[in-house]
Amino acid sequence: MPLPYLDDYRQGRLVRSLMAKLEERTAVLNRPVRIMEVCGTHTMAISRHGIRQTLPEVLGLVSGPGCPVCVTANADIDTFIEMSLQPGVIAATFGDMLRVPGTKIGLAEARGRGAQVQIVYSTLDSLQLARDNPEETVIFFGIGFETTAPTVAAALVEAHETGLENFMVLSAHKTVPRALSVLCQTPDLAIDAFLCPGHVTAIIGPDAYLPVAQDSGLPCVVAGFEPSDILQSLIMLTDQLTDERAEVEVQYQRGVRADGNPAAMALIDRVFEPTDADWRGLGVIPGSGLTIREQYAAHDAARNFEVDVSYSHEPKGCLCGAILTGLKTPPDCPLFAGACTPDHAVGPCMVSSEGTCAAYFLYET
Amino acid sequence: MNSSDNKRILLAHGSGGRMTHDLVEQLFGKQLSNPILDRMDDAAVLEHNGRLAFTVDSHVVSPVFFPGGDIGRLSLTGTVNDLAMMGATPLYISAGFIIEEGFLMDNLSRIVASMRDAALEAGVTVVAGDTKVVERGAADGIFITTSGIGSIPEGVRISCSAAKPGDVVIVSGTVGDHGAAILSKRQGINFDIQLESDCAPLGGLVEDMLSASENIHVLRDPTRGGVAAVLNEIATSSVVDIEIEDDRIPYRSNVRAACELLGLDPLLLANEGKLVAFVDADEAGLVLDAMRRHRLGGDAAVIGRVDAVETSRPRVCVRTVLGSRRILAPPTGEQLPRIC
Amino acid sequence: MCLAIPAKIIEIDQQMATVEVGGVTRRASVILLPDAGLGDFVLIHAGFAISLVDEREAHETIKMFEALASEIDNQGDPGRPAPENETGESGSSHMDT
Repeated sequence: MPLPYLDDYRQGRLVRSLMAKLEERTAVLNRPVRIMEVCGTHTMAISRHGIRQTLPEVLGLVSGPGCPVCVTANADIDTFIEMSLQPGVIAATFGDMLRVPGTKIGLAEARGRGAQVQIVYSTLDSLQLARDNPEETVIFFGIGFETTAPTVAAALVEAHETGLENFMVLSAHKTVPRALSVLCQTPDLAIDAFLCPGHVTAIIGPDAYLPVAQDSGLPCVVAGFEPSDILQSLIMLTDQLTDERAEVEVQYQRGVRADGNPAAMALIDRVFEPTDADWRGLGVIPGSGLTIREQYAAHDAARNFEVDVSYSHEPKGCLCGAILTGLKTPPDCPLFAGACTPDHAVGPCMVSSEGTCAAYFLYET
Repeated sequence: MNSSDNKRILLAHGSGGRMTHDLVEQLFGKQLSNPILDRMDDAAVLEHNGRLAFTVDSHVVSPVFFPGGDIGRLSLTGTVNDLAMMGATPLYISAGFIIEEGFLMDNLSRIVASMRDAALEAGVTVVAGDTKVVERGAADGIFITTSGIGSIPEGVRISCSAAKPGDVVIVSGTVGDHGAAILSKRQGINFDIQLESDCAPLGGLVEDMLSASENIHVLRDPTRGGVAAVLNEIATSSVVDIEIEDDRIPYRSNVRAACELLGLDPLLLANEGKLVAFVDADEAGLVLDAMRRHRLGGDAAVIGRVDAVETSRPRVCVRTVLGSRRILAPPTGEQLPRIC
Repeated sequence: MCLAIPAKIIEIDQQMATVEVGGVTRRASVILLPDAGLGDFVLIHAGFAISLVDEREAHETIKMFEALASEIDNQGDPGRPAPENETGESGSSHMDT
């Protein structure tokens, strides 16, 4: 029998019956609850399938810092942009980053000023770019969490082993579990449960959330990305809340193993080491970033390129930080849908395809 | 012509002298030959009574050759389709070429041959043309601008401002094919199985549709910006709300798969051989049948309907599998593959 | 934060594979899945296979959803389309605080 695929998980009948069951299960909740969707891809899926509009009133969904583009600090963005403007550099990046504004300009404007900016789908494509352009240096912008970091690690290993000297990475990678722990300690944070990212967890394994469940007493469900997955996960979280349990459960059984992906984790560890990282909205979180190890220094753009980003600062008035931590919603931001729209975005939450503000603007305004 | 010179286009080919003359006569003239063009006058003289539709389009597509077509075919069908969207019978085309120095002659020949074939398929005549050559780097290979003239039959009044509440929205076939094909070939993306562009002239399909009904209000081909762009344009022009249903939109499975892999929304991708039609509800069935009988309309489907505006701003909504509505906003900027 | 879709390995040669989904094929690295083999379904993210798809679980998941849908059908209230409140003024949980 063919593997169930896409539409199988999106059948109206299944999705509507899951919503009916969710309504039934939330009826016994005696108070409104707020669930944080950690992952930006979840935010987009929830918006795209119109889930938010049909949820029972008692269930509130709040977007968390799981959008790597949104949490990348301006200093990192500006650094990559400055590098892209240097002669002899090909700036390779995932498409997500092209329209993200830095302090002064974004990558699209840098391209307009003559920077060679190349969108790639995979780090493997950026390796090929380096091979095809031996006279230039390809700098790949390493953004993303543990799902993406192993793919960048693999590229660095290959570059190192094949002596591809003109391939480098600027790492702005971040890791999820520490950020969640810090989030759990925020005093004003009124979050009752976490909808956890299915693909990050495929790499790090569900046990990574045990501290959240056990130390902070917050239920966690690792969710897939189809509307039926998300609804079933919300049912599971509701049940935990009703039963006053705080466990880590996996809804996304078909994609997540109990031990995650050890080979991928080992590759991350081989190439990267933890460092302090500045998360837009959360500030500096110790040990939550990934920096390239000394052994691969020849391929670390940060060590090989001097750029001056002393002008970097976060945009004024922008509430991206508070929105990312679930403290505010897009309509609370004075810039939302006025000075800040997808066409002329002030902060990344509007520009990023999975940014909370973009999802709101596109699907709900 | 010196045999070692005619492998690539040189600046001299654009200078108006003997090399230009030879290029025009031997490459363009031979392939596109027809009584009007053969006269090689400064302008074509055309006879006509009645209303004319007139349009222009520039084509800068890269890559120049893509699965399912090339810039030659595209530049012809694109303009033909703009005429057809007014209900006009496409008649005459002019083509201006801007070619980068160093462009391979063989490629130029292929492109012009494609244009010729497309013209035959569309039933139009290329009656005027121009060629310029620019320095290496001043153009990306080749740019083609085509303009077109078509004749609008008596009584036909089709316009993007003519949609009415109650109209049915029909799409002529699968959505997002061209955009997906182009993106899949861009550097850095690399899909193996060909996603083919749907590049095709729609004059014949429109003719059949107009024979089936006089109550077709709007026709648009969703090119740049896709179905999302045109539905929003129509909603704004006609001051109506439009609602389409997520699970009624036809897609090729490989286009869907490519979009899921790359994080693209097929509703925002270009189509070059498809149209959306807004038809009076009573006649929608007739039009749909006529479309499905045509080889370019086999997958035609009703995807939504028009309502009176609910708020101060006309909106396009998609009804999801859950039964809720979400806004389909016009696209902002180019569609980019993403990983998040 | 991660787009990944299941695809089938139709060719494999050490660390590179050809994967197929919905009629498109693409090269993907399997370096992150040393145990992956021909015929396996894997999740593809940014050109890399990041996880094996457990087919049994995939079928189980759908079966469970189907069972639930039947149960609700039998209760006599098949999932009706949700009320029209997409502007969120009434129930959208995101707005209340």
